Amino acid sequence: MASYKTNEFKGGLKIMLDGDPYTIVENEFVKPGKGQAFNRVKVRNLKTGRVVEKTFKSGDSVEAADVHETDLQYLYNDGEQWHFMDTDTFEQLGADAAAVGDAAKWLKEQDMCKVTLYNGAPLSVEPPNFVVLTITQTDPGVRGDTATGGTKPATLETGAVVNVPLFLEEGEMIRVDTRSGEYLSRAKED
Amino acid sequence: MTIHHWRPSASLAALKARGHLLAELRSFFSERGVLEVETPILSAASNLDPAIEPLYLDADLTGAGAQRWYLQTSPEFPMKRLLAAGSGPIYQVCKVFRADERGRRHHPEFTMLEWYRPDFSLEELMDEVAALVCRLVGHPELAMERIGYRDLFLGRMGLDPWRASEHELRSISQARGIADANHLDLDTDGWLDLLLSHCLEPDLGRAGLTFVYDYPPSQAALARVEAGDPPTARRFEVYWQGMELANGFDELRDPQEQRRRFDQDGAARAAHGRPALPMDRHLLAAMETGLPACAGVALGLDRLLMCALDAEHIDAVLAFPAQRA
Repeated sequence: MASYKTNEFKGGLKIMLDGDPYTIVENEFVKPGKGQAFNRVKVRNLKTGRVVEKTFKSGDSVEAADVHETDLQYLYNDGEQWHFMDTDTFEQLGADAAAVGDAAKWLKEQDMCKVTLYNGAPLSVEPPNFVVLTITQTDPGVRGDTATGGTKPATLETGAVVNVPLFLEEGEMIRVDTRSGEYLSRAKED
Repeated sequence: MTIHHWRPSASLAALKARGHLLAELRSFFSERGVLEVETPILSAASNLDPAIEPLYLDADLTGAGAQRWYLQTSPEFPMKRLLAAGSGPIYQVCKVFRADERGRRHHPEFTMLEWYRPDFSLEELMDEVAALVCRLVGHPELAMERIGYRDLFLGRMGLDPWRASEHELRSISQARGIADANHLDLDTDGWLDLLLSHCLEPDLGRAGLTFVYDYPPSQAALARVEAGDPPTARRFEVYWQGMELANGFDELRDPQEQRRRFDQDGAARAAHGRPALPMDRHLLAAMETGLPACAGVALGLDRLLMCALDAEHIDAVLAFPAQRA
């Protein structure tokens, strides 16, 4: 089993604590004038997202977590699982609702996503930063009104609801920033 | 490796402050008749302190074949050999090296000012440290405070470090909010180190310099232990702005006791699965001949600069930290 010593601790390192995978957020080396040194670390639980503090004796070892990020293509949702594919090996992987989380509302078939794998299984899914999606429902547009800056809610093909300018119509495609959930611009067919 | 890494991480002002500090400390010691000395950075022997890990290299420096050379973790042993040879009061400014020590206040290669005063008491040496720091940072009115290690723990935690059980220390650590303290596997001194570094140190030296003195005998390091009730290790640590700056000792002179501590440190290293290190037999021989009664102290110059310049990270006072070296 791979492990890390405390002197290898740094932000982003993936370690196992109490049976869960964690990523190190912050690491501080603390040592009195003479004597035992410590590492005071903030770690984020990769399953729950919760950040907690831990104290380690410097020199101790911690089991490495088999966690890595990979780019996978989203294929489809069968009602229970979201299916992704490695475009090099064509290997397919299913992710459950816990792993997909909020990303679900942005997932469009064939988009490339950042998937974090833990022991080979999807642990979390990050949608692309920018997605192009079709408006499936919104109130009728106000023709000519392109300048007042008013917005209205629009439901997109993936189920996400974003605020869009008043002039946009059902069936139009828009570009959205998934990190903020904000409308960016109209998009052309690509 | 980014393109800007050829540049120093310290500002020009910090580099000038370092130069000024070195010039100022040399006049301070020259005025007081303390001789500047140099001793080797590479030694065939090492410090055995189980809490310090030396760096080393393998090379043929003597012409007698390759062997292991340890980079000094402090110039203490060769300076004591000079004292035994009759040098009188001496000081040294040098680079020292400690593996695995990297953080906001630690860099594996750092600058140490170390000096020894024959016939000084620990109190006289504390006075001289205070005078030096005031002079170096241009702060003649800097406040000074002295507090015994025992009184520090009694006053702030209601805990007697000579008598507290591991169980008590563990529950206080948990009560004080040290994250995950219940999972730590520590001995008494380890718990005391944890409480000192996490709960007490941040408040020390907030109004000026704080000298903490008279430690438990189990933390004597290379200090003389004075019999009494309780027995105390005659040493002090200096804190400023919540940071440890210096470690001073009423120096141990008894070669048998020195040998016993070397063996004890060697055994502690072995118990922790750390590699065995060669002890300094030259030091033992010098002590057999006779180390004069003296007090000595080591002060981290990089940290003193951090305090003087209000720097949050040691890299702000180093020209080229390891990532740029």
